[in-house]
Amino acid sequence: MSIQVIKPGMLSTVQDLGRWGYQNFGVPAAGPMDRCAHRLANLLVGNPPSAATVEVTLIGPELAFEARSYVAVSGAEFDVRVGNRPVPMNAAFEVPAGSHVRLGRRHQGVRAYVAVAGGIDVPAPLGSRATHLPSRVGGVGGRALVAGDRLPIGTPSGAPPVLGRARRPIVPLPRGGSDIRVMLGPHDHACTPSGLEAFRSSRYVVSEQSDRMGYRLRGPAVGLRPAKPPLSDPTPQGTVQIPGSGQPIVLMADGQTTGGYPKVATVITADLPLAGQLGPGDWIEFKVCDRAGAMRALIAQEQALLA
Amino acid sequence: MPRTTNAAGPSPPTARVEILAAGDSAFVVELGTDIDPAVNARAIAIAARLRDLRIAGVRDIMSSYASVTVCFDPLRTDVGALTGAMQRQVASTTPSPVHTPVPTEVPVAYGGVWGPDLELVARHAGCSPEDVVRWHAAPVYRVYMLGFVPGFAYLGRVDERIAMPRRDSPRLRVPIGSVGIAGSQTGIYPAETPGGWQLIGRTTVRPFDPGRDQAFLFAPGDAVRFVPTPASAMAPAEVPA
Repeated sequence: MSIQVIKPGMLSTVQDLGRWGYQNFGVPAAGPMDRCAHRLANLLVGNPPSAATVEVTLIGPELAFEARSYVAVSGAEFDVRVGNRPVPMNAAFEVPAGSHVRLGRRHQGVRAYVAVAGGIDVPAPLGSRATHLPSRVGGVGGRALVAGDRLPIGTPSGAPPVLGRARRPIVPLPRGGSDIRVMLGPHDHACTPSGLEAFRSSRYVVSEQSDRMGYRLRGPAVGLRPAKPPLSDPTPQGTVQIPGSGQPIVLMADGQTTGGYPKVATVITADLPLAGQLGPGDWIEFKVCDRAGAMRALIAQEQALLA
Repeated sequence: MPRTTNAAGPSPPTARVEILAAGDSAFVVELGTDIDPAVNARAIAIAARLRDLRIAGVRDIMSSYASVTVCFDPLRTDVGALTGAMQRQVASTTPSPVHTPVPTEVPVAYGGVWGPDLELVARHAGCSPEDVVRWHAAPVYRVYMLGFVPGFAYLGRVDERIAMPRRDSPRLRVPIGSVGIAGSQTGIYPAETPGGWQLIGRTTVRPFDPGRDQAFLFAPGDAVRFVPTPASAMAPAEVPA
Protein backbone atom coordinates (compact mmCIF):
# COMPACT_ATOMS: atom_id res chain seq x y z
CA MET A 1 0.00 0.00 0.00
CA SER A 2 1.27 3.42 -0.80
CA ILE A 3 0.49 7.05 -1.45
CA GLN A 4 1.41 8.59 -4.77
CA VAL A 5 2.38 12.25 -4.80
CA ILE A 6 0.37 13.93 -7.60
CA LYS A 7 1.35 17.51 -6.71
CA PRO A 8 4.00 18.07 -4.02
CA GLY A 9 2.90 21.52 -2.80
CA MET A 10 5.50 24.15 -1.93
CA LEU A 11 7.68 22.19 0.49
CA SER A 12 6.38 18.87 1.75
CA THR A 13 8.65 16.58 3.77
CA VAL A 14 8.30 13.36 5.75
CA GLN A 15 8.79 14.01 9.49
CA ASP A 16 8.68 11.99 12.70
CA LEU A 17 9.67 13.04 16.23
CA GLY A 18 13.29 13.46 15.16
CA ARG A 19 16.69 11.84 14.87
CA TRP A 20 18.00 12.02 18.41
CA GLY A 21 21.37 10.75 19.60
CA TYR A 22 23.65 11.92 16.78
CA GLN A 23 24.16 15.60 17.53
CA ASN A 24 27.67 14.75 18.74
CA PHE A 25 28.36 13.84 15.09
CA GLY A 26 26.77 17.02 13.73
CA VAL A 27 23.37 15.54 12.86
CA PRO A 28 20.44 17.80 13.86
CA ALA A 29 17.32 16.11 15.22
CA ALA A 30 15.03 17.65 12.54
CA GLY A 31 11.38 16.57 13.09
CA PRO A 32 8.13 18.54 12.85
CA MET A 33 8.15 22.34 13.18
CA ASP A 34 4.75 22.02 14.96
CA ARG A 35 5.16 18.96 17.20
CA CYS A 36 1.64 19.29 18.64
CA ALA A 37 -0.09 19.27 15.24
CA HIS A 38 2.02 16.27 14.15
CA ARG A 39 1.05 14.40 17.31
CA LEU A 40 -2.65 15.33 17.10
CA ALA A 41 -2.89 14.13 13.47
CA ASN A 42 -1.24 10.83 14.48
CA LEU A 43 -3.50 10.44 17.50
CA LEU A 44 -6.63 10.97 15.38
CA VAL A 45 -5.76 8.08 13.03
CA GLY A 46 -4.69 5.77 15.88
CA ASN A 47 -0.92 6.08 15.32
CA PRO A 48 1.75 6.32 18.03
CA PRO A 49 3.29 9.85 18.31
CA SER A 50 6.47 8.60 16.64
CA ALA A 51 4.75 7.64 13.35
CA ALA A 52 5.91 9.66 10.34
CA THR A 53 3.58 12.26 8.80
CA VAL A 54 3.89 14.61 5.82
CA GLU A 55 4.68 18.19 6.85
CA VAL A 56 3.12 20.63 4.38
CA THR A 57 4.29 24.26 3.98
CA LEU A 58 2.06 27.15 2.77
CA ILE A 59 0.84 25.39 -0.42
CA GLY A 60 -0.64 21.95 0.08
CA PRO A 61 -0.09 18.77 -1.92
CA GLU A 62 -2.42 16.44 -3.78
CA LEU A 63 -1.98 12.81 -2.71
CA ALA A 64 -3.48 9.70 -4.34
CA PHE A 65 -4.28 6.76 -2.04
CA GLU A 66 -3.95 3.31 -3.60
CA ALA A 67 -5.97 1.53 -0.91
CA ARG A 68 -8.69 2.56 1.54
CA SER A 69 -7.07 4.52 4.37
CA TYR A 70 -7.82 6.68 7.39
CA VAL A 71 -6.27 10.13 7.24
CA ALA A 72 -6.22 13.25 9.44
CA VAL A 73 -4.86 16.76 8.82
CA SER A 74 -3.82 19.10 11.68
CA GLY A 75 -1.90 22.34 12.04
CA ALA A 76 -2.24 25.23 9.59
CA GLU A 77 -5.86 25.58 8.49
CA PHE A 78 -6.42 24.43 4.90
CA ASP A 79 -9.52 23.55 2.86
CA VAL A 80 -9.17 19.76 2.72
CA ARG A 81 -11.02 17.60 0.20
CA VAL A 82 -11.27 13.91 -0.54
CA GLY A 83 -12.12 13.92 -4.22
CA ASN A 84 -14.66 16.76 -4.32
CA ARG A 85 -15.96 16.23 -0.79
CA PRO A 86 -14.82 18.74 1.88
CA VAL A 87 -13.60 17.10 5.09
CA PRO A 88 -12.82 18.75 8.44
CA MET A 89 -9.36 19.47 9.82
CA ASN A 90 -8.45 17.86 13.17
CA ALA A 91 -10.64 14.80 12.60
CA ALA A 92 -9.95 11.44 10.98
CA PHE A 93 -11.74 10.71 7.71
CA GLU A 94 -11.95 7.71 5.44
CA VAL A 95 -10.27 7.86 2.04
CA PRO A 96 -11.72 5.32 -0.42
CA ALA A 97 -9.25 3.34 -2.55
CA GLY A 98 -8.10 5.34 -5.55
CA SER A 99 -9.19 8.71 -4.08
CA HIS A 100 -7.15 11.90 -3.99
CA VAL A 101 -6.68 14.06 -0.88
CA ARG A 102 -6.10 17.74 -1.67
CA LEU A 103 -5.01 20.53 0.65
CA GLY A 104 -6.39 23.61 -1.12
CA ARG A 105 -6.80 27.14 0.10
CA ARG A 106 -4.89 28.02 3.27
CA HIS A 107 -6.59 30.25 5.86
CA GLN A 108 -4.16 30.50 8.77
CA GLY A 109 -0.80 29.18 9.94
CA VAL A 110 2.07 27.93 7.82
CA ARG A 111 2.52 24.18 8.35
CA ALA A 112 0.01 21.31 8.32
CA TYR A 113 0.52 17.60 8.99
CA VAL A 114 -1.07 14.78 7.00
CA ALA A 115 -1.18 11.56 9.02
CA VAL A 116 -2.31 8.21 7.62
CA ALA A 117 -3.19 5.19 9.77
CA GLY A 118 -0.01 3.07 9.79
CA GLY A 119 2.29 6.04 9.24
CA ILE A 120 4.58 6.84 6.33
CA ASP A 121 6.95 3.87 6.19
CA VAL A 122 10.04 5.20 4.41
CA PRO A 123 13.49 3.93 5.55
CA ALA A 124 14.79 5.29 8.88
CA PRO A 125 18.51 6.11 8.48
CA LEU A 126 20.14 6.62 11.91
CA GLY A 127 16.89 5.56 13.53
CA SER A 128 14.50 8.18 12.18
CA ARG A 129 12.36 8.92 9.13
CA ALA A 130 12.60 12.68 9.66
CA THR A 131 13.85 14.57 6.60
CA HIS A 132 16.83 16.84 7.25
CA LEU A 133 16.98 18.85 4.05
CA PRO A 134 20.46 20.44 4.39
CA SER A 135 22.23 17.09 4.87
CA ARG A 136 19.87 15.11 2.60
CA VAL A 137 19.08 12.48 5.23
CA GLY A 138 15.74 10.76 5.92
CA GLY A 139 12.34 11.02 4.28
CA VAL A 140 12.39 10.31 0.55
CA GLY A 141 16.05 10.56 -0.54
CA GLY A 142 16.63 13.30 2.05
CA ARG A 143 14.65 15.79 -0.02
CA ALA A 144 11.24 17.43 -0.28
CA LEU A 145 8.53 15.41 -2.05
CA VAL A 146 8.20 15.68 -5.82
CA ALA A 147 5.38 14.60 -8.16
CA GLY A 148 5.56 10.87 -8.77
CA ASP A 149 7.06 9.93 -5.38
CA ARG A 150 5.55 6.85 -3.76
CA LEU A 151 5.23 6.85 0.02
CA PRO A 152 4.83 3.36 1.55
CA ILE A 153 2.23 3.10 4.32
CA GLY A 154 3.00 1.03 7.42
CA THR A 155 0.71 -1.42 9.19
CA PRO A 156 -1.98 0.37 11.24
CA SER A 157 -1.64 -0.14 15.00
CA GLY A 158 -5.20 -1.39 15.34
CA ALA A 159 -6.20 1.60 17.50
CA PRO A 160 -9.48 2.96 16.14
CA PRO A 161 -9.38 6.28 14.26
CA VAL A 162 -11.29 9.19 15.85
CA LEU A 163 -13.89 9.73 13.13
CA GLY A 164 -16.37 12.56 12.77
CA ARG A 165 -15.97 14.90 15.73
CA ALA A 166 -13.24 17.48 15.11
CA ARG A 167 -10.78 18.13 17.96
CA ARG A 168 -9.79 21.65 18.94
CA PRO A 169 -6.22 22.42 17.86
CA ILE A 170 -3.78 22.06 20.78
CA VAL A 171 -1.99 25.32 19.97
CA PRO A 172 -4.20 28.15 18.64
CA LEU A 173 -2.82 29.30 15.27
CA PRO A 174 -1.13 32.71 15.33
CA ARG A 175 -2.75 35.60 13.43
CA GLY A 176 -0.04 37.83 12.00
CA GLY A 177 2.39 37.11 14.80
CA SER A 178 2.72 35.96 18.36
CA ASP A 179 4.33 36.34 21.74
CA ILE A 180 6.98 33.63 22.08
CA ARG A 181 8.16 32.63 25.55
CA VAL A 182 11.89 32.14 26.12
CA MET A 183 14.21 31.28 28.98
CA LEU A 184 17.20 33.63 29.11
CA GLY A 185 20.73 32.26 28.76
CA PRO A 186 23.19 30.74 28.57
CA HIS A 187 24.89 33.87 27.14
CA ASP A 188 22.48 36.69 28.07
CA HIS A 189 25.45 38.30 29.90
CA ALA A 190 27.00 38.85 26.45
CA CYS A 191 24.37 41.55 25.78
CA THR A 192 24.66 45.17 26.84
CA PRO A 193 21.92 46.17 29.33
CA SER A 194 20.18 48.20 26.61
CA GLY A 195 20.64 45.32 24.14
CA LEU A 196 18.94 42.91 26.51
CA GLU A 197 16.18 45.45 27.12
CA ALA A 198 15.64 45.77 23.33
CA PHE A 199 15.41 41.98 23.06
CA ARG A 200 12.83 41.76 25.86
CA SER A 201 10.63 44.66 24.83
CA SER A 202 10.74 44.97 21.03
CA ARG A 203 8.66 43.59 18.25
CA TYR A 204 10.64 41.61 15.66
CA VAL A 205 9.55 40.57 12.19
CA VAL A 206 10.29 37.17 10.62
CA SER A 207 12.30 37.94 7.46
CA GLU A 208 12.13 36.25 4.07
CA GLN A 209 15.35 34.38 4.96
CA SER A 210 13.47 31.96 7.16
CA ASP A 211 12.95 28.25 6.74
CA ARG A 212 13.10 24.96 8.63
CA MET A 213 16.70 25.76 9.66
CA GLY A 214 15.83 29.01 11.35
CA TYR A 215 14.24 32.43 11.30
CA ARG A 216 16.25 35.56 10.73
CA LEU A 217 14.43 38.38 12.51
CA ARG A 218 14.42 42.11 11.78
CA GLY A 219 14.01 44.73 14.47
CA PRO A 220 15.89 46.76 17.07
CA ALA A 221 19.47 45.48 17.30
CA VAL A 222 20.43 43.49 20.40
CA GLY A 223 23.73 45.11 21.37
CA LEU A 224 26.59 42.86 22.46
CA ARG A 225 29.39 43.77 24.87
CA PRO A 226 32.77 43.91 23.15
CA ALA A 227 34.25 40.47 23.78
CA LYS A 228 35.97 37.63 22.04
CA PRO A 229 33.26 35.52 20.38
CA PRO A 230 32.43 32.29 22.24
CA LEU A 231 33.88 29.02 20.93
CA SER A 232 31.47 27.11 18.70
CA ASP A 233 29.25 24.89 20.76
CA PRO A 234 25.84 23.21 20.57
CA THR A 235 22.75 25.13 19.48
CA PRO A 236 19.66 23.17 20.56
CA GLN A 237 16.32 23.74 18.82
CA GLY A 238 14.82 27.09 19.82
CA THR A 239 18.20 28.76 20.48
CA VAL A 240 18.11 32.52 19.87
CA GLN A 241 21.57 33.60 18.73
CA ILE A 242 22.79 37.14 18.17
CA PRO A 243 25.26 37.70 15.32
CA GLY A 244 27.33 40.86 15.02
CA SER A 245 24.47 42.69 13.30
CA GLY A 246 22.39 42.38 16.49
CA GLN A 247 19.47 40.92 14.52
CA PRO A 248 18.32 37.74 16.32
CA ILE A 249 18.26 34.33 14.63
CA VAL A 250 15.91 31.64 16.03
CA LEU A 251 17.18 28.14 15.27
CA MET A 252 14.40 25.76 14.30
CA ALA A 253 14.06 22.02 13.55
CA ASP A 254 16.74 21.74 10.83
CA GLY A 255 19.15 24.20 12.49
CA GLN A 256 22.81 23.24 12.58
CA THR A 257 24.04 21.50 15.73
CA THR A 258 26.74 24.03 16.63
CA GLY A 259 27.25 27.76 16.32
CA GLY A 260 29.67 30.45 17.39
CA TYR A 261 27.35 33.40 18.11
CA PRO A 262 26.25 34.29 21.65
CA LYS A 263 23.07 32.41 22.59
CA VAL A 264 20.99 34.84 24.62
CA ALA A 265 17.82 32.83 25.08
CA THR A 266 15.99 29.64 24.12
CA VAL A 267 12.35 29.28 23.07
CA ILE A 268 10.51 27.09 25.58
CA THR A 269 9.45 23.66 24.29
CA ALA A 270 5.76 24.53 24.66
CA ASP A 271 6.10 27.51 22.29
CA LEU A 272 8.16 25.82 19.55
CA PRO A 273 4.95 24.63 17.79
CA LEU A 274 3.59 28.19 17.81
CA ALA A 275 6.90 29.47 16.41
CA GLY A 276 6.68 26.74 13.77
CA GLN A 277 3.41 28.24 12.51
CA LEU A 278 4.99 31.67 11.84
CA GLY A 279 6.14 32.72 8.39
CA PRO A 280 7.87 35.66 6.70
CA GLY A 281 6.21 38.97 7.64
CA ASP A 282 4.81 37.69 10.97
CA TRP A 283 5.90 39.42 14.20
CA ILE A 284 7.45 37.96 17.33
CA GLU A 285 7.68 39.48 20.81
CA PHE A 286 9.87 37.56 23.23
CA LYS A 287 8.43 37.08 26.73
CA VAL A 288 10.88 35.87 29.35
CA CYS A 289 9.73 33.04 31.60
CA ASP A 290 11.39 30.69 34.08
CA ARG A 291 11.66 26.90 34.13
CA ALA A 292 8.52 26.53 36.26
CA GLY A 293 6.50 28.56 33.76
CA ALA A 294 7.93 26.59 30.85
CA MET A 295 7.02 23.31 32.53
CA ARG A 296 3.47 24.44 33.41
CA ALA A 297 2.89 25.37 29.77
CA LEU A 298 4.31 22.07 28.52
CA ILE A 299 2.29 19.95 30.97
CA ALA A 300 -0.93 21.82 30.04
CA GLN A 301 -0.19 21.09 26.36
CA GLU A 302 0.41 17.42 27.10
CA GLN A 303 -2.88 17.20 29.04
CA ALA A 304 -4.74 18.84 26.16
CA LEU A 305 -3.25 16.33 23.72
CA LEU A 306 -4.23 13.35 25.84
CA ALA A 307 -7.69 14.69 26.81
CA MET B 1 52.96 4.71 19.15
CA PRO B 2 50.43 6.97 20.88
CA ARG B 3 51.90 10.20 22.17
CA THR B 4 51.01 11.91 25.38
CA THR B 5 51.52 15.48 26.45
CA ASN B 6 51.08 16.88 29.89
CA ALA B 7 48.78 19.83 30.23
CA ALA B 8 47.19 21.44 33.24
CA GLY B 9 43.44 21.97 33.36
CA PRO B 10 41.90 25.42 33.51
CA SER B 11 40.60 25.01 37.05
CA PRO B 12 41.08 22.62 39.96
CA PRO B 13 39.04 19.47 39.32
CA THR B 14 37.09 19.84 42.53
CA ALA B 15 35.90 23.41 41.80
CA ARG B 16 32.16 23.56 41.56
CA VAL B 17 31.18 24.58 38.04
CA GLU B 18 28.02 26.33 37.08
CA ILE B 19 25.45 24.32 35.14
CA LEU B 20 23.77 26.65 32.69
CA ALA B 21 20.26 26.13 31.32
CA ALA B 22 19.88 26.39 27.56
CA GLY B 23 16.09 26.55 27.67
CA ASP B 24 13.89 23.95 29.40
CA SER B 25 15.45 20.92 27.71
CA ALA B 26 19.24 21.36 27.72
CA PHE B 27 22.03 22.00 30.23
CA VAL B 28 25.53 23.21 29.41
CA VAL B 29 28.77 23.04 31.37
CA GLU B 30 31.49 25.36 30.13
CA LEU B 31 34.97 24.13 31.03
CA GLY B 32 37.08 26.84 29.38
CA THR B 33 37.19 29.59 26.82
CA ASP B 34 40.14 28.55 24.65
CA ILE B 35 41.00 25.84 22.15
CA ASP B 36 43.08 23.56 24.36
CA PRO B 37 43.56 19.79 23.89
CA ALA B 38 43.45 19.12 27.65
CA VAL B 39 40.16 20.99 28.16
CA ASN B 40 38.70 19.31 25.08
CA ALA B 41 39.79 15.85 26.30
CA ARG B 42 38.08 16.56 29.62
CA ALA B 43 34.84 17.56 27.83
CA ILE B 44 34.94 14.34 25.78
CA ALA B 45 35.55 12.24 28.91
CA ILE B 46 32.70 13.89 30.86
CA ALA B 47 30.31 13.40 27.91
CA ALA B 48 31.30 9.71 27.63
CA ARG B 49 30.76 9.08 31.36
CA LEU B 50 27.39 10.82 31.29
CA ARG B 51 26.34 8.64 28.32
CA ASP B 52 27.35 5.54 30.27
CA LEU B 53 24.98 6.54 33.08
CA ARG B 54 21.98 6.20 30.71
CA ILE B 55 19.98 8.80 32.63
CA ALA B 56 16.23 8.51 31.94
CA GLY B 57 14.92 11.17 29.58
CA VAL B 58 18.32 12.19 28.14
CA ARG B 59 18.22 12.38 24.34
CA ASP B 60 21.62 13.64 23.27
CA ILE B 61 24.98 14.43 24.87
CA MET B 62 27.47 16.55 22.97
CA SER B 63 31.05 17.57 23.67
CA SER B 64 32.42 20.66 21.96
CA TYR B 65 35.77 22.51 22.12
CA ALA B 66 35.37 23.29 25.80
CA SER B 67 31.82 22.40 26.89
CA VAL B 68 29.40 19.55 27.43
CA THR B 69 25.72 19.88 26.52
CA VAL B 70 22.98 17.47 27.60
CA CYS B 71 19.63 17.57 25.74
CA PHE B 72 16.70 15.93 27.50
CA ASP B 73 12.95 15.44 27.30
CA PRO B 74 11.67 17.79 30.03
CA LEU B 75 8.57 15.62 30.63
CA ARG B 76 10.62 12.49 31.32
CA THR B 77 13.66 13.81 33.17
CA ASP B 78 14.36 14.38 36.85
CA VAL B 79 16.17 17.71 36.43
CA GLY B 80 17.71 17.61 39.93
CA ALA B 81 19.13 14.12 39.38
CA LEU B 82 20.52 15.15 35.99
CA THR B 83 22.27 18.30 37.21
CA GLY B 84 23.59 16.35 40.23
CA ALA B 85 25.07 13.71 37.91
CA MET B 86 26.61 16.44 35.76
CA GLN B 87 28.18 18.09 38.85
CA ARG B 88 29.62 14.77 40.03
CA GLN B 89 31.09 13.86 36.64
CA VAL B 90 32.64 17.30 36.20
CA ALA B 91 34.17 17.09 39.69
CA SER B 92 35.51 13.55 39.27
CA THR B 93 36.79 13.83 35.68
CA THR B 94 40.19 15.32 36.26
CA PRO B 95 42.36 16.76 33.53
CA SER B 96 44.72 14.01 32.47
CA PRO B 97 47.44 13.55 29.86
CA VAL B 98 46.04 13.89 26.37
CA HIS B 99 46.10 10.67 24.43
CA THR B 100 46.70 10.98 20.68
CA PRO B 101 45.40 7.93 18.81
CA VAL B 102 46.86 6.64 15.54
CA PRO B 103 45.88 9.26 12.94
CA THR B 104 43.49 8.53 10.08
CA GLU B 105 45.31 9.44 6.87
CA VAL B 106 43.36 11.59 4.44
CA PRO B 107 44.79 11.90 0.90
CA VAL B 108 44.38 15.41 -0.51
CA ALA B 109 44.88 16.78 -4.02
CA TYR B 110 46.02 20.34 -3.26
CA GLY B 111 45.60 23.45 -5.42
CA GLY B 112 44.38 23.91 -8.97
CA VAL B 113 40.71 23.08 -9.56
CA TRP B 114 40.70 21.16 -6.27
CA GLY B 115 41.87 23.98 -4.06
CA PRO B 116 40.88 27.31 -5.65
CA ASP B 117 42.08 29.33 -2.62
CA LEU B 118 45.56 27.78 -2.29
CA GLU B 119 47.26 30.72 -4.05
CA LEU B 120 45.26 33.17 -1.90
CA VAL B 121 46.41 31.46 1.31
CA ALA B 122 50.01 31.49 0.02
CA ARG B 123 49.75 35.24 -0.69
CA HIS B 124 48.20 35.81 2.76
CA ALA B 125 51.10 33.88 4.32
CA GLY B 126 53.75 35.41 2.07
CA CYS B 127 55.01 31.98 1.08
CA SER B 128 54.79 29.59 -1.88
CA PRO B 129 51.79 27.28 -2.48
CA GLU B 130 54.19 24.38 -1.88
CA ASP B 131 54.93 25.76 1.61
CA VAL B 132 51.19 25.95 2.36
CA VAL B 133 50.81 22.30 1.36
CA ARG B 134 53.85 21.24 3.40
CA TRP B 135 52.73 23.13 6.51
CA HIS B 136 49.10 21.96 6.20
CA ALA B 137 50.13 18.32 5.79
CA ALA B 138 52.75 18.33 8.58
CA PRO B 139 50.74 18.20 11.85
CA VAL B 140 48.68 15.45 13.37
CA TYR B 141 45.36 17.25 13.88
CA ARG B 142 42.95 16.66 16.73
CA VAL B 143 39.20 16.26 16.09
CA TYR B 144 37.95 18.80 18.65
CA MET B 145 34.28 18.38 17.83
CA LEU B 146 31.78 17.68 15.08
CA GLY B 147 29.11 20.10 13.95
CA PHE B 148 27.87 22.37 11.15
CA VAL B 149 26.70 19.44 8.98
CA PRO B 150 26.72 15.66 9.71
CA GLY B 151 30.27 14.36 9.99
CA PHE B 152 32.02 17.74 9.77
CA ALA B 153 35.06 17.54 12.05
CA TYR B 154 36.65 20.72 13.42
CA LEU B 155 40.40 19.96 13.24
CA GLY B 156 43.16 21.94 14.92
CA ARG B 157 45.45 23.55 15.15
CA VAL B 158 46.53 24.88 11.81
CA ASP B 159 50.11 26.22 11.57
CA GLU B 160 49.86 29.91 12.50
CA ARG B 161 51.62 30.97 9.30
CA ILE B 162 48.73 29.71 7.13
CA ALA B 163 45.84 30.34 9.56
CA MET B 164 43.92 32.57 7.14
CA PRO B 165 40.47 33.72 8.31
CA ARG B 166 37.22 32.78 6.57
CA ARG B 167 36.18 34.45 3.34
CA ASP B 168 34.21 37.67 3.77
CA SER B 169 31.27 36.23 1.91
CA PRO B 170 30.70 32.47 1.93
CA ARG B 171 30.51 30.45 -1.30
CA LEU B 172 26.98 29.27 -2.08
CA ARG B 173 28.28 25.86 -3.13
CA VAL B 174 31.37 24.11 -1.78
CA PRO B 175 32.02 20.74 -3.49
CA ILE B 176 31.86 17.58 -1.36
CA GLY B 177 35.31 16.51 -0.11
CA SER B 178 36.73 20.05 -0.17
CA VAL B 179 39.47 20.69 2.40
CA GLY B 180 39.44 24.17 3.88
CA ILE B 181 41.07 26.47 6.41
CA ALA B 182 39.31 28.93 8.74
CA GLY B 183 41.79 30.58 11.09
CA SER B 184 43.40 27.91 13.27
CA GLN B 185 40.83 25.31 12.18
CA THR B 186 40.82 23.00 9.18
CA GLY B 187 38.21 20.51 7.98
CA ILE B 188 36.70 18.39 5.21
CA TYR B 189 33.25 19.23 3.77
CA PRO B 190 31.19 16.00 4.09
CA ALA B 191 28.48 17.28 1.69
CA GLU B 192 27.98 19.96 -0.90
CA THR B 193 26.93 22.96 1.19
CA PRO B 194 27.44 26.70 1.33
CA GLY B 195 30.67 27.51 3.12
CA GLY B 196 33.12 30.27 3.97
CA TRP B 197 36.37 28.38 4.54
CA GLN B 198 39.42 28.90 2.30
CA LEU B 199 39.51 25.85 0.01
CA ILE B 200 43.02 24.51 -0.52
CA GLY B 201 42.37 20.96 -1.75
CA ARG B 202 39.99 18.08 -2.12
CA THR B 203 39.80 14.45 -0.97
CA THR B 204 37.87 11.35 -2.00
CA VAL B 205 37.42 10.56 1.71
CA ARG B 206 33.76 10.89 2.80
CA PRO B 207 33.41 11.79 6.50
CA PHE B 208 29.67 10.96 6.47
CA ASP B 209 27.81 8.24 4.58
CA PRO B 210 24.52 7.13 6.17
CA GLY B 211 24.58 3.98 4.01
CA ARG B 212 28.00 2.88 5.30
CA ASP B 213 28.44 0.53 8.31
CA GLN B 214 30.45 3.23 10.02
CA ALA B 215 28.32 6.25 9.05
CA PHE B 216 30.77 8.72 10.62
CA LEU B 217 34.48 8.50 9.92
CA PHE B 218 35.50 10.74 12.82
CA ALA B 219 34.60 11.11 16.50
CA PRO B 220 35.72 13.78 18.97
CA GLY B 221 39.25 13.01 20.18
CA ASP B 222 40.35 11.25 16.97
CA ALA B 223 43.52 12.21 15.11
CA VAL B 224 43.85 13.07 11.41
CA ARG B 225 46.79 13.64 9.07
CA PHE B 226 46.55 14.99 5.51
CA VAL B 227 48.70 13.32 2.87
CA PRO B 228 49.42 15.24 -0.36
CA THR B 229 48.31 13.16 -3.33
CA PRO B 230 48.64 13.72 -7.09
CA ALA B 231 45.48 14.92 -8.83
CA SER B 232 45.46 11.66 -10.84
CA ALA B 233 44.27 9.91 -7.67
CA MET B 234 40.96 11.76 -7.87
CA ALA B 235 38.10 10.00 -9.68
CA PRO B 236 37.23 11.53 -13.07
CA ALA B 237 33.73 12.25 -11.74
CA GLU B 238 35.30 14.61 -9.22
CA VAL B 239 36.70 16.90 -11.90
CA PRO B 240 34.68 20.10 -11.98
CA ALA B 241 32.99 20.90 -15.28
